[in-house]
Amino acid sequence: MKPIISIQGVSKRYSIGEKAFYGSLREEVMDALSSPLRRVLKGEARREEPTVWAIKDVSFDVNEGDIVGIVGRNGAGKSTLLKILSRITEPTEGRITMRGRIASLLEVGTGFHPELTGRENIFLNGALLGMTAKEIKAKFDEIVAFSEIEKFLDTPVKRYSSGMYVRLAFAVAAHLEPEILVIDEVLAVGDAVFQKKCLGKMGEVAKGGRTVLFVSHNMGAVRQLCTKAVLLASGKLVETGTTDGIIQLYMASAYRNAASIKFETHEGKRAQITGVRLLDKDENEKTDFTSGEDPIVEISFVIRERLSGLHVACILTTFDGVHVFSTADTDTDSGLFNERLPGAYCVQVKLPTNSLNVGQYTISVGIGIPGVESIDRNDTVSFTLHDTGDFGTMKEGARRKGLLLMQIPWKYVAIGDKDV
Amino acid sequence: MRLLPLTRGGREGQIIFFLLKGIIGKTIMDERDELIIEPGKSSVSTGLGGLWRYRELLYFLVWRDVKVKYKQTALGVAWAVLQPALAMIIFSVLFGRLANLPSDGLPYPVFVLAGLLPWNYFASVLGLSTLSLVANANLISKIYFPRVIIPVSSASAALIDLVIASLVLVVMMIWYGTPISAGVVLIPVLVLLTMMTAVGFGAWLSALNVRYRDIQYAVPFLIQVWMFATPVIYPRSLLGEEWGWLVYLNPMSGVIEAFRPALFGNREIPWGGLAISISVGLFVFITGMAYFRKVERHFADII
Repeated sequence: MKPIISIQGVSKRYSIGEKAFYGSLREEVMDALSSPLRRVLKGEARREEPTVWAIKDVSFDVNEGDIVGIVGRNGAGKSTLLKILSRITEPTEGRITMRGRIASLLEVGTGFHPELTGRENIFLNGALLGMTAKEIKAKFDEIVAFSEIEKFLDTPVKRYSSGMYVRLAFAVAAHLEPEILVIDEVLAVGDAVFQKKCLGKMGEVAKGGRTVLFVSHNMGAVRQLCTKAVLLASGKLVETGTTDGIIQLYMASAYRNAASIKFETHEGKRAQITGVRLLDKDENEKTDFTSGEDPIVEISFVIRERLSGLHVACILTTFDGVHVFSTADTDTDSGLFNERLPGAYCVQVKLPTNSLNVGQYTISVGIGIPGVESIDRNDTVSFTLHDTGDFGTMKEGARRKGLLLMQIPWKYVAIGDKDV
Repeated sequence: MRLLPLTRGGREGQIIFFLLKGIIGKTIMDERDELIIEPGKSSVSTGLGGLWRYRELLYFLVWRDVKVKYKQTALGVAWAVLQPALAMIIFSVLFGRLANLPSDGLPYPVFVLAGLLPWNYFASVLGLSTLSLVANANLISKIYFPRVIIPVSSASAALIDLVIASLVLVVMMIWYGTPISAGVVLIPVLVLLTMMTAVGFGAWLSALNVRYRDIQYAVPFLIQVWMFATPVIYPRSLLGEEWGWLVYLNPMSGVIEAFRPALFGNREIPWGGLAISISVGLFVFITGMAYFRKVERHFADII
């Protein structure tokens, strides 16, 4: 069977010169008039515009019914590839053959008009995404039910909360029925409950035998949905393969562990994280720990004006983007909520890891007034937690599933007794 | 494309076929066809051919523009009536009374209003479509559809204002007892002609504006000057016979000079002049579409 999408040597070059973005007629005219003259007088060559290859020589095939995750860091060329597939922009080189109707969802709610009501926007957005009026009518009730905005159908969407807006937008897109569906990072929006619902809906779409290309930074979602994956790095195809294999490769390449990080100072910020280090108990910088060896996070920050109600918090996240826990300096000392004076501070916190599963973790650090505002927040250091070897899992030769790794005692109350 | 009969017409037919193919582009693929995406291929750019396949989207965009136009205004759609009515009053006082301009035997307010209606339509399409692509940049960079829908939808949405504003003319004709002529059946044709010309210029200007934002500052000024170069507030006869025909090189002159006799039968429709204007309008339309088609594939990259 022929692949439904076949991408052969596709490249895309962008001009990055100032002129490429905001050309003005006068400049062009002046250039046209003066440059031949300049060339004659000085023998100067026509000046080359600086360009950059957003993707370079990418080739792979997608078979019908495949759910392909496209992963890579920001700037790897994922979105450019999707734009070319969606026919929004042309490749500079190469060729793509597609054998089916394609619809793409590069952004949730594109084309929503704030002055129109929810009902009207369903029709407009549906039409923009390539649905016929008949299809939209047939799916209308389903879309409304999925979006949970029945009561506000006839309210202009500019009065919607951002959550309602996103729900409605996703609901329309989720009811597209093309043979090939291209989706870019749409799960980055909405609350957790709705995200889960969207993921479920996309799983359903996928099971319906449609071909899906899916870009996301949420590795959990990619792992859950996709049957295959493609890894891009700096515009080049690194590898195609099974989802698990590609995600592992991506993590290994994209997230090299860092034991220390410093941030540029921004005088405008009232409070700021200036640096974070990851230490072992002897205060050596380190990125590899064994289960139970608790890493110490050292946070340096500055406060530039008197602030009260402030906390400094630390969030531990897995590479799949799952929050494991968060902790704040005010948790054990509520006196810190009182006014803090300007100055440079340094604080250490030991993270308990004894029941965490092995794997890679990232620590983000934030400073802000809880429930009011986040003044500064950054992903900072990351580390790998290794198995100590004395635990049962190692004998099975595989990583246990789940966030936690716990040694839980089992007790047999009867052994080999026929009467049980 | 069902253009086969044309190709049988020998050399001329082939030339026309070739030109039309250039404007309309290949028809969009059927559901199960293969779609090839390659540099320079018409997969991204579709020309007018895409309009048909995406006619529902065109409908929705027009409907959006019409719906949204007077939202959150106190006077609402009354603006469509007020604008030409006020302009008529001002021009009638300034040029009818004070300057005493001739008006081909019609009451000056009726005369000037019958010129203002097609002119205002043309001017608003020109203004709207110039900005249309840039105003819809988010759609262009995120969704695939034939780009030409955008200026065409601007031109279609503005028709509503024309229809509403026509009511003012009807009222004025009743007030002055101006008889209506049988030539009124030509009015839709003339409006269509205006639309074609406006879309032609709109295609040029909107596409140029994607690259050169200078256009959007130049167009309002252009429209102002253009109006005085068009027989809107004065009859063409004011310019004399010998060189007066040159006015028809301005495609809006033919439309407006034909608009009044078609409506009132106050004199002969200037067929010769109209023919010149139609030819120029058609030329602008064809070149506009061809240019649009040539550059639309880069819109998403530079908008």
